[in-house]
Amino acid sequence: MNIDKHLNNIYRQQSRRVQATLIRLLGDFDLAEEAMQEAFTAAIKQWPEQGIPDNPAAWLIKTGHRRGIDHIRRRQTASHNLSRVAEDEPYTSEPDTDHIDDDLLRLIFTCCHPGLAVEAQLALTLREICGLTTEQVASALLQKPATTAQRIVRAKRKIRDAGIPYEVPEHRELPERLESVLKVIYLIFNEGYSSSRGDTVVNVSLASEAIRLARLLAELLPEGEVFGLLALMLLHDSRRNARQDANGDLITLEEQDRKLWDHGQIRSGLAWLEQALQLAPTGAYTLQASIAAAHAEATSTDNTDWARIARLYEALYRQTPSPVIALNHAVAVAMRDTPEEGLKLLDQLTGHKAIQNYYLFHAARADLFRRSGDLPAAKTAYQRALALTQQGPEQRFLNQRLTDLDNAR
Amino acid sequence: MKYVALVYYQESIINSMTEKEWHDLNQECIAGVERLTDQGKFVTGQPLQPIETATTVRVRDGEVLISDGPFAETKEQLAGFYLLDANDLNEALQLAGRIPPARFGSIEVRPVRELPPKD
Repeated sequence: MNIDKHLNNIYRQQSRRVQATLIRLLGDFDLAEEAMQEAFTAAIKQWPEQGIPDNPAAWLIKTGHRRGIDHIRRRQTASHNLSRVAEDEPYTSEPDTDHIDDDLLRLIFTCCHPGLAVEAQLALTLREICGLTTEQVASALLQKPATTAQRIVRAKRKIRDAGIPYEVPEHRELPERLESVLKVIYLIFNEGYSSSRGDTVVNVSLASEAIRLARLLAELLPEGEVFGLLALMLLHDSRRNARQDANGDLITLEEQDRKLWDHGQIRSGLAWLEQALQLAPTGAYTLQASIAAAHAEATSTDNTDWARIARLYEALYRQTPSPVIALNHAVAVAMRDTPEEGLKLLDQLTGHKAIQNYYLFHAARADLFRRSGDLPAAKTAYQRALALTQQGPEQRFLNQRLTDLDNAR
Repeated sequence: MKYVALVYYQESIINSMTEKEWHDLNQECIAGVERLTDQGKFVTGQPLQPIETATTVRVRDGEVLISDGPFAETKEQLAGFYLLDANDLNEALQLAGRIPPARFGSIEVRPVRELPPKD
């Protein structure tokens, strides 16, 4: 095989792992990145003559480690300051390359540490685990590159100065800390799935980065909720091509052409869900994935198992009693029984201030009024929903509904 | 690494405690310090008198300014501090989470800064 191509493959598959180990060994993100780049540069020079080593990742780590230590020494000579890293890592020690997957998992927990601001967790994870450039992270998160760069620099500084460790949390802390990691992955997915500003609802690359991350995590840490989140994202993402029409307008689940769903991805999502359900306790992501699965398995809204969906929302509400879940439960009940039953449940939510400002609450009420034939009430509720959303596609969708109502009279 | 855990709470919560609740809270803190000491994690620490005993000193243009307070608008007041010896932030947070007022106040955890060597 052509050696450049081989190197490219190794870079794609191994560079994150190599860097994660170098961060542990050198104790510094930026130094590790520099050392990794130098190791790859050395590989480009040496491998064509000497051949590709048996374990390329180990070779790259050893070379990068040596370069990194050289850097530290040069700095020390310049400043006469003893660095902690150099004390811990005498030059002669051979780095341990047997556990590089552990290093990647450690790095995930460091980047998603709750001691960092959520925005910083997102940026750092995309930068360090997904290997995006700062510019790519900024454009994906709709930020100015300078803002993103500053966030990343600050986060790295806090990791260093506050002593955020490079470790997988111990068993007792794992559930809580894993939640923080899963939240970051799901935020990345949602940032891609439904960007909160701008005109295009689906930003393919962030959603697939999140799925890639969850796959990686599922490999490194086989916990039920990791499988559940992966299943949830695969099932949601499988509707990507059916969710918008050619004009970028939203298509509801009911009206989507289910032939456009990615059935390969649905099968994969269902398989991960199967695995998640075998591991107790069933967490919130797994429950949400089960709901997505109920939709994925139905050929239309009419033959959807709404009773099952209503039950799942009830279970979800018991775990996290949020008004948004209550809203979804009410919609499922309306589909199982009648629109009036759903409206009754929605009326019970009007006391929640936050939900009053949530456009989907009013859109759901409007839809149930429409189904029950109360067109004036539907119109008022659609107008209320319209006033509460800033997203182009959502606004166009609500306007279309209003036009349809006027035509129906 | 050394970390300071600064304990903040609303003094009004303490003021509304019964004699017995206040006594129990103090005993719980004493037991906590004993445990930290046994683990070799406690360097030093002290609870503070209420905020109305505070006096602030500033020096401006060589002049010493003394004032009552601070009576900042902040909801929570500094109530005490611990100097902890922990391996890393995770351990420091774990230890700080067991400081009794964490249940109704908040604990700010910060690494200490070492002064540079003397010239």
